[in-house]
Amino acid sequence: MESAGFEELAHTADWAIRVWAMHLADLFAECARGMNALMGAQLAEGPRVSRIFEAEGLDLESLLVAFLSELVYCAEHEHAGFDHFNTQTHKRGNAQALFVEMEGAPLASVNKTIKAVTYHGLKIRQTARGYEVEIVFDV
Amino acid sequence: MIRFQDLKRISPYEWEIPKSFRNDMRVPVRIFATQKLLEQVMDDKSLEQAVNSTTLPGLVGAVVVMPDMHQGYGFPIGGVAATEYPHGVISPGGIGYDINCGVRLLASSIELGAAEPYIDTLATLLNKYCPSGVGTEGVVRVNIPELDKVLREGSRWALKNGYGTETDLARTEEGGCLEGANPDKVSQRAKQRGRDQIGSLGAGNHFVEVDVIEQIFDPAIAEVMGLKEGCLAVQIHCGSRGLGHQVCTDYVQELQNAVRRYGIQLPDRELVCAPMDTPEGQAYLGAMRAAANFAFCNRQLLAHSARRAFEETFADKMKGWELVQVYDIAHNIGKIETHEIDGKRVKVCVHRKGATRAFGPGAPGLPPEYQKTGQPVLVPGSMGTASWVLVGTKTSMERSWGSTCHGAGRVMSRSKAKREIRGDQLRMQLEQSGIKVHAGSMSGLAEEAPQAYKDVDAVVETVAAAGIARKVARLRPMAVIKG
Repeated sequence: MESAGFEELAHTADWAIRVWAMHLADLFAECARGMNALMGAQLAEGPRVSRIFEAEGLDLESLLVAFLSELVYCAEHEHAGFDHFNTQTHKRGNAQALFVEMEGAPLASVNKTIKAVTYHGLKIRQTARGYEVEIVFDV
Repeated sequence: MIRFQDLKRISPYEWEIPKSFRNDMRVPVRIFATQKLLEQVMDDKSLEQAVNSTTLPGLVGAVVVMPDMHQGYGFPIGGVAATEYPHGVISPGGIGYDINCGVRLLASSIELGAAEPYIDTLATLLNKYCPSGVGTEGVVRVNIPELDKVLREGSRWALKNGYGTETDLARTEEGGCLEGANPDKVSQRAKQRGRDQIGSLGAGNHFVEVDVIEQIFDPAIAEVMGLKEGCLAVQIHCGSRGLGHQVCTDYVQELQNAVRRYGIQLPDRELVCAPMDTPEGQAYLGAMRAAANFAFCNRQLLAHSARRAFEETFADKMKGWELVQVYDIAHNIGKIETHEIDGKRVKVCVHRKGATRAFGPGAPGLPPEYQKTGQPVLVPGSMGTASWVLVGTKTSMERSWGSTCHGAGRVMSRSKAKREIRGDQLRMQLEQSGIKVHAGSMSGLAEEAPQAYKDVDAVVETVAAAGIARKVARLRPMAVIKG
């Protein structure tokens, strides 16, 4: 069994993926890779870029939306994509917090733009594969 | 899960899911559809989402669903709901990520016979002047203070800067500007996404399309609208680009806390909302109006670009080449309107998500020339199929919050369309049937194939039979430009 992976799901009007990973931190990274694959994002050769992303939210799902939304912004506005992630989640009072060190490069090409990351059916759950989630993207 | 037997048949074109169906419903669901169109959606979540939408606080009347419905998030696409102003809620999920996605139609006196040798040239110029596709920038770039003016003024900014006419604004919903827009409630991130995109189409299902007016159904109203059988027209379908998407993203996140603060229980997180008389509700209302104005301005600049393409193609060859605006409508928006409920005039926020305003004769806000006819309604079909011009009716004011359908509605997932349809073959088929295609992406083209959508003629027949719009003209595509 793959320790982490994603597959595209059928959705009438938009795009959806199912993502799984043994560990929660890896789930976030795999969601990003799944989104990159849907977009057909190709990174340029050459110097890499690094970025830190931090967020606080009500729950893990809101952190996931915030993280992936950040990547959507980076792709559209800064023309940058990321393919390596070092992710940590922890509780902060009544909230959840996320810290990501990410590495990537300028985007060489993107086939399709994602407008937004939605909360539709979004529920991170524990399964035999570790953690799983389905995400729907507005395109 | 909703089964066919849970629906109550009111007429061959109207159905109801009663309030008693689920104990958290505040109002019933009223569905405009034929049995055949309903059967197409029983496998997706449209009806379940319509039922979920009925749980919003402050709802009045019924949640209405149009025959082009399909699964969305929160609300179904094709959904209309009204909440009482000011204490009822406003929900970004009832308006959509692409705030003020809409359609503009411009008509000409150019006869197809005279134009046909030049359609290729026209399509090439439209493709050149109307930026489309992933990552494209618009025809103007503005700094943030100037962008704030766009967000406040909408199409009026375009007019002031030489990109339109007074007639264009008069023939745009709300005159191309929603009052009460608040650029301060639009995040810096949203402004960064939008500032370089004014006057661009984007990608997905957005397009510029050259059509011929194929058939007129109401000659008197067609004449008022300037539609001439056998002559060319142009449709522009797009919205608020990255700015609107970010506004909705920001407020769906923001309102996750608001619903807890106000004790609102919801079956779907995409239905998050806030009462309109709260700081959060007012903030979203101000930001949504700002994004809507961005979209009006965006379509105004694209119309200017389309006029440039027509001028370069036809001005030295024939008279009467000018494009005159028929109307511009929004199909993802929230508006404060006054409607009659049980004999009383009530101010409500009408959420339209994949539904078009269809005000009847005598309704407020229509320009003088449309006061007697009712408001033009623009219904684009899927690529390669017909589009329609309809007109609003008094029945729509009574039965559907002054609303009607917005398009064909999808039936096939994008992943299935990409697997089963080849974009290059589809393009060839369209070209062989006389439709010039400029597309930025073949996989994107495949996703928008006609077979991925419902039959728009069936959708239009339904709204016409139900009385919530009337047919004026049917348009046939000649050229499509999309990202």
